[in-house]
Amino acid sequence: MSHVVSPIRETLVSGGKSYHDVTNDICKQVEGEPTKEWKIAFGVSCLVFAYGAFCLGYTWWQGIGVWGLNKTIGWAWDITNFVWWVGIGHAGTLISAVLLLFRQKWRTSINRSAEAMTIFAVLCAASFILAHMGRPWLFHWALPLPNTFGSLWVNFNSPLVWDVFAISTYLSVSLVFWYMGLVPDLATIRDRAQTKASKFWYGAFSLGWTGSAKTWARYEYVSLILAGISTPLVLSVHTIVSMDFATSVIPGWHTTIFPPYFVAGAIFSGFAMVQSLLLITRVVFKLEDYITIEHIEMMNIIITVTGSIVGIAYLTEFFIAWYSGVEYESYTFLNRATGPYWWAYWIMMTCNVVSPQLFWFKKIRTSILVSFVLSVVVNVGMWFERFVIIVSSLHRDYLPSSWAMFTPTMFDIGDYIFSFGLFFTLFFLFAKFLPVINMFEVKAVMKGVSTNYPFKKKASGEKEKETVH
Amino acid sequence: MDLTERYLVGVYDDDEEVLNAVTEVKNSGVKIEEVYTPFPIHGLDVALGHLRTRIPIAAFMFGCLGLVCIVSLMSYTMYFDWPMIIGGKDYFALPDFIPIAFEGTVLFTAFGMVTTFLVSNSLWPGKKPRTFDLRSTDDKFIMAVNMANNRKSESEIETILRASGAIEVNVKQF
Repeated sequence: MSHVVSPIRETLVSGGKSYHDVTNDICKQVEGEPTKEWKIAFGVSCLVFAYGAFCLGYTWWQGIGVWGLNKTIGWAWDITNFVWWVGIGHAGTLISAVLLLFRQKWRTSINRSAEAMTIFAVLCAASFILAHMGRPWLFHWALPLPNTFGSLWVNFNSPLVWDVFAISTYLSVSLVFWYMGLVPDLATIRDRAQTKASKFWYGAFSLGWTGSAKTWARYEYVSLILAGISTPLVLSVHTIVSMDFATSVIPGWHTTIFPPYFVAGAIFSGFAMVQSLLLITRVVFKLEDYITIEHIEMMNIIITVTGSIVGIAYLTEFFIAWYSGVEYESYTFLNRATGPYWWAYWIMMTCNVVSPQLFWFKKIRTSILVSFVLSVVVNVGMWFERFVIIVSSLHRDYLPSSWAMFTPTMFDIGDYIFSFGLFFTLFFLFAKFLPVINMFEVKAVMKGVSTNYPFKKKASGEKEKETVH
Repeated sequence: MDLTERYLVGVYDDDEEVLNAVTEVKNSGVKIEEVYTPFPIHGLDVALGHLRTRIPIAAFMFGCLGLVCIVSLMSYTMYFDWPMIIGGKDYFALPDFIPIAFEGTVLFTAFGMVTTFLVSNSLWPGKKPRTFDLRSTDDKFIMAVNMANNRKSESEIETILRASGAIEVNVKQF
């Protein structure tokens, strides 16, 4: 199997690793005792989760009256957080599916954790939708189930119902995609397992995988088709999320640019979140040889491109608001930039449009510290983007007598904290018990991308001595 | 009758080498049962003479099934069972059904295809793997030769395997 790789490409796996080294490096953190850093980080996220769970539980118990919503502003942090988390989730699918279709080999060391992030982020998003329903135990009313109302069905013309289908399909398909990718690696751990418990659990979840040529041939097709259907799926999900807004008649929401604008924003914030997490993971688990500067630079380039698309969308929106001649639309946009929520608007503009432009400088986009800071900045900006779209469009409606401001209560904040607790608790569990890097995919592309690949055979067919491990 | 299956297991340590070895061993008249590798090797299934997988056909069929099911559900509920005028639209508002029709298609394709994959490879939770060599999921490439399917003697086959680049040849019985 020969890999044609352009000589200008940087290496993606450094340190002269052999296949066995890959197995060892990645399995090490699964097999060993949890490190002190992990225990501390996990403990903190559990505490955050517990505090958030209290706030969310109280919200469920009392109803959403505990939020700062009022008659004018009916959507605020709940939907902001929902859209923010769903957007973040999209990067995982983008990395594993779209980059697979484009044959981008650098995806192999980051796709596993990015997909895990997708699943956890979508769960966080779902927590806001459930809470936002007010009576979460009646969530099944959003599904077309036969019922006692003379079988009154859900309205399939409504984007909110589309959203139910889109998000649940997205969650379940992502879960399948992620799990199928895990099976061969779980088998690797199973075959190395020393303890009874890990033999049992990794044995059960690796489904009896042996890696026969026939299975691999089918497996490759399954991955390719899953990638092929996940790509339009991920685009459809955020398109549908944007239609929750775009099909309404609120000035500032009723915009045909929303689907591509939301999708670009989703990729933008998702890649930023992957960047933040990977920069931490590579240090904590000592994976610098697998997640190299090349990876970080690639991610930063995508962040710059999507950030610029988002910037163009902001400007287009503004221009069209003026060009349309609709005074309500024009007012909404002027109010966003100069009204009482001007600070939110300018935080959004600075974080999303200006800051990623710094990545035009090679020094900046290859600096780990700056990359980390900017990846957090981008996600702050993207949260404010949703806040601006939702709250600043709603707070001054057609009747000046009903104009209002939104003040979050401790439960708005607490429910947001809950999502962080949930996300990081799940992520730390994943990082401890599952291989954070897709071992078999890294091995499969290593010959083209590794430095000093140790197994390269001489043309004469002479064999290297087998190293004893 | 002896019920144990006896295999000769050739261990290779390079993916390109095992790919060449498959052709070499086959040309020497040895029937290979299967090759086990830690990662997919392109062309290995062709070299082994496996038939092309029909998984994509199954996936397409499941996609069609999903489309039909979900469109039937939407037209039954919105057109036949409880028609309602919503926003002045037709009861059968096809453009509005497109997003969910798409999601349903994707859902059925993914789950149908993966189920087909698991069933056709007989993979299920808790299944005991038929492992020839534990290193085949780590860094070794394993060629299994079923003695029952071969007329050559074990020592002959072992020579052929070693000549094709095997670093070890072991015996495995099930």
